[in-house]
Amino acid sequence: MSGAGSGYDLSVTTFSPEGRVFQVEYAGKAVDNGVPSVGVACKDGAILAVEKPEETKMMLPGSNRRIFTVAKHVGMAVPGKLPDGRQIVSRAQQECENYKRFYGNTIPTKVLSDRLANYCHAFSLYWHLRPLGSAALTASYDDNGPHIYLSETNGVSYRYYGIAVGKGRQGIKTELERLKLGNMTCREALKTVCKCLIKQRDDQGSKKFEIEMAWICDESDRQFVRVPEDVAKEAEDAAKREIEQEDEDSSDMES
Amino acid sequence: RRASSAVSSMQGGPDASGGPHTGTTIVAVAYDGGVVLGADSRVSTGAYVSNRASNKITNLCDNVFLCRSGSAAHTEAISDYVRFYTSQHVSETQQQPSVKSVASILYQMSYSNKGLMAAMIVAGYDPASGGKVFGSPIGGTLVEMPWAIEGSGSTYIWSYFDDEYKEGLSREETEELVLRGIAHAMARDGSSGGLIRLVTVDKDGATKRTVQGKDVPLILGDMPEPGTNAATVVW
Repeated sequence: MSGAGSGYDLSVTTFSPEGRVFQVEYAGKAVDNGVPSVGVACKDGAILAVEKPEETKMMLPGSNRRIFTVAKHVGMAVPGKLPDGRQIVSRAQQECENYKRFYGNTIPTKVLSDRLANYCHAFSLYWHLRPLGSAALTASYDDNGPHIYLSETNGVSYRYYGIAVGKGRQGIKTELERLKLGNMTCREALKTVCKCLIKQRDDQGSKKFEIEMAWICDESDRQFVRVPEDVAKEAEDAAKREIEQEDEDSSDMES
Repeated sequence: RRASSAVSSMQGGPDASGGPHTGTTIVAVAYDGGVVLGADSRVSTGAYVSNRASNKITNLCDNVFLCRSGSAAHTEAISDYVRFYTSQHVSETQQQPSVKSVASILYQMSYSNKGLMAAMIVAGYDPASGGKVFGSPIGGTLVEMPWAIEGSGSTYIWSYFDDEYKEGLSREETEELVLRGIAHAMARDGSSGGLIRLVTVDKDGATKRTVQGKDVPLILGDMPEPGTNAATVVW
């Protein structure tokens, strides 16, 4: 199937005449078409959330983890190709450990995300490798406050107030831009994040979804942990109720 | 080079490593808001003083300094490596390093190279933790302490510091404490002498001071400097 990159997209070591490396862009598409993932930095911490569709009824819920603890003070979600993502998580864990051993201090998040970006970028320099089809959405809370970083497959890494990747990201990003995340606590933001994820779902079908949530905040003693089940359920239920309420209000207005 | 021969040389006897040897007194004391580092200036090869005005306090980066004792060659090499790695660390993090990070780098060098004869003290100031002192004796231990002393002359002043150090000293009091401590060691240790160099590091940076022979505190029993009127000296 020939696309925009005909002929120039066969190897990662080829530039197109416009200066694009198509293989790297295609790797980015693996992330863009992946599971919706959101990261927000709030007043008292940072949250990561990933919405996963149920692949099969026979799979135990919670067994296909997408969010990993990289160090006590850092966690990561890996949208896109999960096996590629696990490679990044493993590397991140090593970076954190090595930094601590050599410098005596926990790794600053900026340093970690720069190193991961360089790691992802390295895969795009050699003919015998392919770029990783996963991004690293990092959440941390250190002396400089809560951080959300996105290290992309093409090697860039930026810090965000809030960011979404994967399916439906445009809608989620629009919602996030409306919020004053800096004034919200993590608890409050959890409900909003769930709302964003639920709203962008395809409504038809009886497909079941599971929202995996993790945070690092004052409430969790500044450790990166999964959001406790009861808190997560409460946030999801509250989000669903709000969406139903909004639907009712809008249908009232129409009639 | 075995650690045992290193220790015997440290006592100020004939030099076992066959090179310039900073039989020395080095001190660092932390106070609220910074640290004071002090050292004598004598470098000896056996009984010959090869340098009577050396600088044993090396700058590792803007806010962290290193006091060196043991083999001059070993400690200079280590300090060059630590400066190199620290400078790379600053490039990566884009900010001043914590004293702990620099001390950890030194620890990696020391502990991984057991043949080295280097007893050092890392001290400095960073805004997050204030003034910090890390002792790094022979063998590569790294331990954070309120004050640290090393070198052959340090054996004579443990009790002095045990008695005189207290928390809550001011900058001037700490400088005076360090000065008098080194003066005591220089009075008794043949391998320590010359000038006293002081470096104080606080949030505004590092201030260096050199205390010449005649200004070194006179310890009871010491001979006054030549040319002083003996009648004016209180014995």
